[in-house]
Amino acid sequence: MNGFIEPIVGRYVHVEINGEINRIYFEENGSGIPLVCLHTAGSDARQWRHLLADPEFTRHFRVVAFDMPWHGKSNPPDSQYGTEYRLTTASYTATIRAFCNALKLERPVVMGCSIGGRIVLNLAIEHAREFRALIGLEAADFQQPWYDTAWLNRPDVHGGEVCAALVSGLIAPNGPEASRNETLWGYKQGGPGIFKGDLYFYRVDGDLRGRTSDIDVNQCPLYLLTGEYDFSCTPEDTLRTAAGIPGAQATVMERLGHFPMSENPEQFRRYIAPVLQDILDKQNY
Amino acid sequence: MESKLVRHDTDPVPFAPDAVVAAFKTIPDLLAHDADLTVRGRWLDVDCLLGPSTQPFHVAIRAGQIVDMTPAPVLMRTWRFAYRATPAALAAHWQQMPPAGWHDLLALTKRGQATLEGDLHPFMTHLQYFKDLLALPRRSGFGGAS
Repeated sequence: MNGFIEPIVGRYVHVEINGEINRIYFEENGSGIPLVCLHTAGSDARQWRHLLADPEFTRHFRVVAFDMPWHGKSNPPDSQYGTEYRLTTASYTATIRAFCNALKLERPVVMGCSIGGRIVLNLAIEHAREFRALIGLEAADFQQPWYDTAWLNRPDVHGGEVCAALVSGLIAPNGPEASRNETLWGYKQGGPGIFKGDLYFYRVDGDLRGRTSDIDVNQCPLYLLTGEYDFSCTPEDTLRTAAGIPGAQATVMERLGHFPMSENPEQFRRYIAPVLQDILDKQNY
Repeated sequence: MESKLVRHDTDPVPFAPDAVVAAFKTIPDLLAHDADLTVRGRWLDVDCLLGPSTQPFHVAIRAGQIVDMTPAPVLMRTWRFAYRATPAALAAHWQQMPPAGWHDLLALTKRGQATLEGDLHPFMTHLQYFKDLLALPRRSGFGGAS
């Protein structure tokens, strides 16, 4: 409808990460339990816009999605221009905790997708008491690489085109065309080398095999949901990971791929609604 | 005469090997009728080897258009890169709703059902073009309405 203004509000918060102030862009809507959403590698928080605008979820949750430094509208920290960006387990964890502290979020739920799903596992291992629940989408302790990330940032290959084309196959076929295009648009807009730098965490630094058995879901419930068409983090990767974490809940989502919240928001809603309801029920118990 | 459908235990869908080759042969015509895809390949000139692993084709692309497609082998014909997939993989890939893990060219290489060899630069600079090109038989109804 012409003139319709969405309820999502975007602002900047100054967050000190590793001794330097970062100007972090975030969007939010709703009130209640804080629900912090983490975007995939090489993209930004626009992936969460459907969840952010969902009237039912935002009645009970303060949904917050932020652009990681170097992504979307969060610029690189001032001192880091010209350096090679590399996300690590430590820097990713520090960023999420610093963001939550800066907004004074009390024991938020954190939901992350892809690299966001991987880091959620690390939050469960190292900082479970700080969170009310953790949700990993397309999450596993490890998955087999399927391409050489050197192609993502070189002067003779268009970075935006190749990043989008690589991940396009991770979207389930026959979903909404506009949602598919929007998901890929995020990849076409990333800064040079940022997707590759995120994948340093995913491929090199963030191997959590052998560590996830330390997760205690009694401290913090853990939900893992993976799309059946995700051949990067496959359902088998997630189910294997969940099998090693007593009490973790794992779900395979039909007709979804690696970007459930943005590639097919309606289909994703069917799977995330019961998870959010379960978290709510646990609060009211 | 109808081709005989085959399906081994590891094949996700039944298929006729001859039909896979026949469907691959329709790609130049399907591309010729797809102006958007041709335009996306307008900077691409390459000689490559594509198709079913049992019967690949030398494909000459100029300005995004297939100007020649000849069954391999051709004596001493060179190619810059090759993408070859098993007939079973292509049959699955071309289904209207391809089975999970068979729906993308690089999903097929990850699962060992396709090989990608040679100088990958033209393939990577035009990755979406090649993904869409090699999926064209899906649009023409190869897999029916499964």
